[in-house]
Amino acid sequence: MAVLINLLYIVASILFIFGIKMLGSAGTARRGNLLSSLGMLVAVVATLLYSGLSWWMVVTGIAIGALVGGVAAVRVKMTGMPELVALFNGSGGLASLLVGLAELSKVHAGGIEGYLAGLFAQSGVRVPDWFALAAIAGTVIIGAVTFTGSLIAFGKLSGKLDGKPVVFSGQKLITAVVALVALFAGLIMVVGADSGVGLAGGCALVLLALAIGVLMTLPIGGGDMPVVISLLNSCSGVAAAMAGFIILNNVLVVAGCLVGASGLILTVIMCRAMNRSLPNVLFGGFGSGAGPQGAAVEGEMKPASTEDAYYVLEAASHVVFVPGYGMAVAQAQHAVKELAGILEDNGCQVEFAIHPVAGRMPGHMNVLLAEADVPYEQLWEMDAINDVMESVDVAVVIGANDVVNPAAGEDPSSPIYGMPIINVHQARTVYCLKRGKGTGFSGLENALFFRENTRMLYGDAKETLSELVGQFKG
Amino acid sequence: MEFAPLLLLLFAFTLAAFLGFELISKVPSQLHTPLMSGANAISGITIVGALIALNAGGPGVARWIGLLALIFATINVVGGYLVTDRMLAMFRKKKGGE
Repeated sequence: MAVLINLLYIVASILFIFGIKMLGSAGTARRGNLLSSLGMLVAVVATLLYSGLSWWMVVTGIAIGALVGGVAAVRVKMTGMPELVALFNGSGGLASLLVGLAELSKVHAGGIEGYLAGLFAQSGVRVPDWFALAAIAGTVIIGAVTFTGSLIAFGKLSGKLDGKPVVFSGQKLITAVVALVALFAGLIMVVGADSGVGLAGGCALVLLALAIGVLMTLPIGGGDMPVVISLLNSCSGVAAAMAGFIILNNVLVVAGCLVGASGLILTVIMCRAMNRSLPNVLFGGFGSGAGPQGAAVEGEMKPASTEDAYYVLEAASHVVFVPGYGMAVAQAQHAVKELAGILEDNGCQVEFAIHPVAGRMPGHMNVLLAEADVPYEQLWEMDAINDVMESVDVAVVIGANDVVNPAAGEDPSSPIYGMPIINVHQARTVYCLKRGKGTGFSGLENALFFRENTRMLYGDAKETLSELVGQFKG
Repeated sequence: MEFAPLLLLLFAFTLAAFLGFELISKVPSQLHTPLMSGANAISGITIVGALIALNAGGPGVARWIGLLALIFATINVVGGYLVTDRMLAMFRKKKGGE
């Protein structure tokens, strides 16, 4: 039976690999996801072939989990997607943490020798005691950090916690000390094995690791969330791989590691899109008001009415929309799509320019605009749109801020200097839809708003857009 | 003590890491969210570990913790796949409409 189970695990791994590969291109993505879910089914069925499982627990656990996860997935609105992804991610981290704890409790209930014998009976591999315990410690640490880190990210994304970075003096020192103590607790847990001291070390390790997750995520601002979410995603994979090292299970190691690697790549892509290093994002406390603030901006912001904007848009032959987090907050994607449709009927060329880190998760704007049925051909990536920006009549910035701040290219003293941006300031006219006069998440004044060719449209983005639609219809 | 099986596991881990990097290195930004949430669903593979913890031969505590782990892992798996499919269905619908 063990041979059959492991063969099925290989099948599952192959399905995961093809699934991830197909997720990488638009035409095959949906089938890829289906394939990878099939892989998961194969892995679960294979595991059920192990004799001696408590069946009522298997059925109960899967039923409850499927119900909760299914309902959440079906009912969430697309604007709530970043929060939900964070929650699911935390759920996976917690599951790995609990798997580690279940194994730890076996060690302490039956003694380390009995535990290793049981492991041998189930996997056919005899491992040294330090290895089993170290794998448990690794799973517990990474699983716990993923869990609490994702919860804090969820809080920030859903607005239940303040999106501004929480920074206090000595924070880095405290985090470093907690991490060191956690390592020490892990060491005690491994050395103490099945003694009471080992158990105490294990308990301390869990609590400290949970604290590390909170301490790491609190100082990171809302606008850096695309990086954090992809990093936590990577962590949940590594936690699963670690759990695979405890129970010596190939499919856990392979699938977990695939996720870990892919999450890490996405993290790097996001960092690059902001021209910042990962340590800078994690430890920089960006947007907390500390550090350089850039040169003072001269001039004044020029407010405009929707009526002014209507006349300019009506005469325009090439319009580019630049959405940002503000569009998600105002749930304005449908209103944008309606306005874009009217402009097109008016003989105008319309595009949407998407910055890689616009919004709160990688690809956030694409999801929202897809929900509003904006055709794929109209979604342009940053470099492509910058090439033609000088020929654009009107750029409409909807709740985006730092990703269109020309200071990133012009002001070496600006904290975001060097970040690639969408060059809307090169368009003939720029309209910025903005809730109020406040600064974006980075706390910077946006030089764009003070430009000669920029007009501000204050108010709720959705209402402003609906008014514009009304003007066209009226 | 026999280390060969452990080294094989480490071998698989290393190769999977490289494979992961190779598979994802060029993905259009349009697909970043579904890719992330699809990968997230795969990380629910820890469900296998949870199931194994439900072995009736083990101590009771381990089984109860295992049950909790199973619930959360299933939330991750089922929710993750469904939500990814919902997103990708939107992308496709739009394409079909062209």
